[in-house]
Amino acid sequence: MRKVAIVGAGLTKFVRRALETPKELSFEAAKTALDSCGLSLKDVDCVAHGTAPDAFDGLHQNGEYMVDGCGGWNKPTMRVYVGGGTGVHAIVHGWHHVASGMFDICLVVCEEKMSSAMPHAQGFFLTIFDAITERDLKPNLLWIFALEMNRYMNRYGYTKEDMALVAVNNKKNGLKHPSSQFKDEVTVEDVLNSEIMAYPVSRLDVSPVSDGGGAVVLASESVARRITDKPVWIEGVGWSLDTAYWATRDLYYPRYTDTAARMAYEMAGIREPAKQINIAEPYDPFDYKALHHMEGLQLSPRGKTVELLRDGYFARDGNLPMCPSGGLLGVGNPIAAAGIMKVAELFWQLRGEAGERQVPGNPRLGVAQSWGDLMQVSSVVVVGN
Amino acid sequence: MSKRVAIVGIGCSGFRTTSTDLSYREMIFEAATKCYEDAGGIHPQSIDSFVASSEDFMEGISITDEYVPDQLGAVLKPVHSITGDSLQGMASAVMQIQGGQQCLVAASAFSKVSNLSHYEHVAAYATDPAYIRPLNENPYFIAGLEMNRYLFESGTTREQCAAVVVNNRYNALVNPAAVYGAKITIEDVLCAPPLSDPLGSLDVSGHLDGAIVLLLASEDKAWELTDKPIWIEGLGWATDTPNLDSRIEGLGGAVYARLAAEKAYSMAGIKAPYKEIDFAEIDDTFSYKELQHIEALQLCGPGEAGKLLEMGCFDAKGDMPVNISGGSLGLGYLHEANGLQRVLEVVLQLRGEAGKRQLPDVETGLAFAWRGVPTATGSAVILSNRS
Repeated sequence: MRKVAIVGAGLTKFVRRALETPKELSFEAAKTALDSCGLSLKDVDCVAHGTAPDAFDGLHQNGEYMVDGCGGWNKPTMRVYVGGGTGVHAIVHGWHHVASGMFDICLVVCEEKMSSAMPHAQGFFLTIFDAITERDLKPNLLWIFALEMNRYMNRYGYTKEDMALVAVNNKKNGLKHPSSQFKDEVTVEDVLNSEIMAYPVSRLDVSPVSDGGGAVVLASESVARRITDKPVWIEGVGWSLDTAYWATRDLYYPRYTDTAARMAYEMAGIREPAKQINIAEPYDPFDYKALHHMEGLQLSPRGKTVELLRDGYFARDGNLPMCPSGGLLGVGNPIAAAGIMKVAELFWQLRGEAGERQVPGNPRLGVAQSWGDLMQVSSVVVVGN
Repeated sequence: MSKRVAIVGIGCSGFRTTSTDLSYREMIFEAATKCYEDAGGIHPQSIDSFVASSEDFMEGISITDEYVPDQLGAVLKPVHSITGDSLQGMASAVMQIQGGQQCLVAASAFSKVSNLSHYEHVAAYATDPAYIRPLNENPYFIAGLEMNRYLFESGTTREQCAAVVVNNRYNALVNPAAVYGAKITIEDVLCAPPLSDPLGSLDVSGHLDGAIVLLLASEDKAWELTDKPIWIEGLGWATDTPNLDSRIEGLGGAVYARLAAEKAYSMAGIKAPYKEIDFAEIDDTFSYKELQHIEALQLCGPGEAGKLLEMGCFDAKGDMPVNISGGSLGLGYLHEANGLQRVLEVVLQLRGEAGKRQLPDVETGLAFAWRGVPTATGSAVILSNRS
């Protein structure tokens, strides 16, 4: 299998309401990523692009419109799409481009501008449901995730306090991230006392609405070694999509994350993920989701995750730091760009360039995961140095 | 290419102007079932991954890719969607196999355009929101501008464009899957009501519902499943800027087609495409597009396509048969599924299964798809039956 490395990464600042257009966010992210490894657009062979629903930008064939913003003008450009999982999946998509042997340098660019949606981006999620069986019930994402959170907590006897710990942990980590849209630390009481959105989901259990862009540069082995002496290798990729009939599934366990993770670990030759992985960036749009995904990623035994969390196992200086970036709860959630942020974090952590956020002990292997669609898809990337 | 990839199974369903009795998911189920049967009756569980191609606004569903897995038998399998032409989706499948993680990948696409009362309103949402959309025009005006510029630059005539329509709809008469087959004359096309001068209403292909599923395999796997694999020798795709005013070659050229073809030809080791390619299925969303694309794909010199067409060069018995299936003008326009439809036709020809329209002794075919106005994205693939 052809080896593929990440050689550069760049993020815009994540904000609630960006003045930049989606194209400009893409441009800024792409430019920052290319500058970070001393490349220019003419070195790029192809562009792998990702952005979540077209409805956010109000554009049909949004990938076409975004082409010149993300540097794909007169190049092979292909947009990939797995809903909320698009961010990490765009890296998988980029990996396909380079691993196939067709291209040597691939620029992966994702952006999301959710603030254009009026009055709120949630409105567009009303249109993701089955038009015949579900849409008339007017469900939104907060409702269905409330069902999932409830089921997960109920299955293992977890409490809302347990879940709030994740929000506190991630938001604290996020304060050190230069792209973060937050400035304040929160406490468990803050989370519990925040407004109920759909029980048991409270406002601070949820990541914010964000605008932002992210990009990474992927290169084949020989090219990567010329660009940098600290390439971060993509060791494994996996993705999995569960049935669209989400109401027929037991929501307590993310089996799509399970299958995606096993696929990535098999490729990376990882037999004992919980022992071998040094950093985890599970997708955390909701606080319970980080724990839910840690179990799916085989990084924590089912039902024991809160215990480990309370023991500090997932702290920055713990055995397996979880979301050292701050994750979506701590940095922000511009959907597709948030996935790139997770992989970029691993890139910086494994190179020892994460500054204040640096995880101690020279981490060697990290995993990033994203999640999306109707609680249905996971994309997993394992990187190592 | 570094690692050979073959098409080992094909399946399609629909190909009707309307299909009130079927949802798009049912159509895909039918196409997938036929495809798996065609590949020797394999079970979808033994397929390594799946790629779909769709766009949200066409279905009125945000995050359309949610609804991909069930009808393909792909639940809890690696599945992703490419929001592009299905030929780009197929390219993603090819890259997955070449990457070495997958051996067997299914590519699917569909069109359920009959659900839309006004496709042009959706297409208008693809135009620039600041500069073009406020003009409140039918986006086909872009095709009118392009056609005008192309005719001016290449010296092609209005009659030659009309001849494309006449030919393709005539070809469609012997294709049982084609619904727009007809014997019409150049006068009919020229006298049809104008849409955006010089584009007339018969210069535009009609919409079609349908679903297509193809199964792709690595070399070893291909020989296990079939004794008539069709090999993907080369492929390429490219996108020009969406801004109408800053396209490098203006509106008269099709840079995306040239770039996509250059990549595909270089992978396939093709130096003289007009000699080495036996036949082609080329995008003909609008009549002039076929000629413009033939030139951009270097199947003839600039400005020659119209004359060669009149000489019969692109007929079934000509030097370079083009759109013997009827193309989009004769068969119907399948939106994002166009790319796979063209591949499907090339595969049928290369397998010798094209029935009455079978071309004799064909070994290498070209399929080229474009995403329609206002985009400037094209994808090309070279297929061959030489083992």
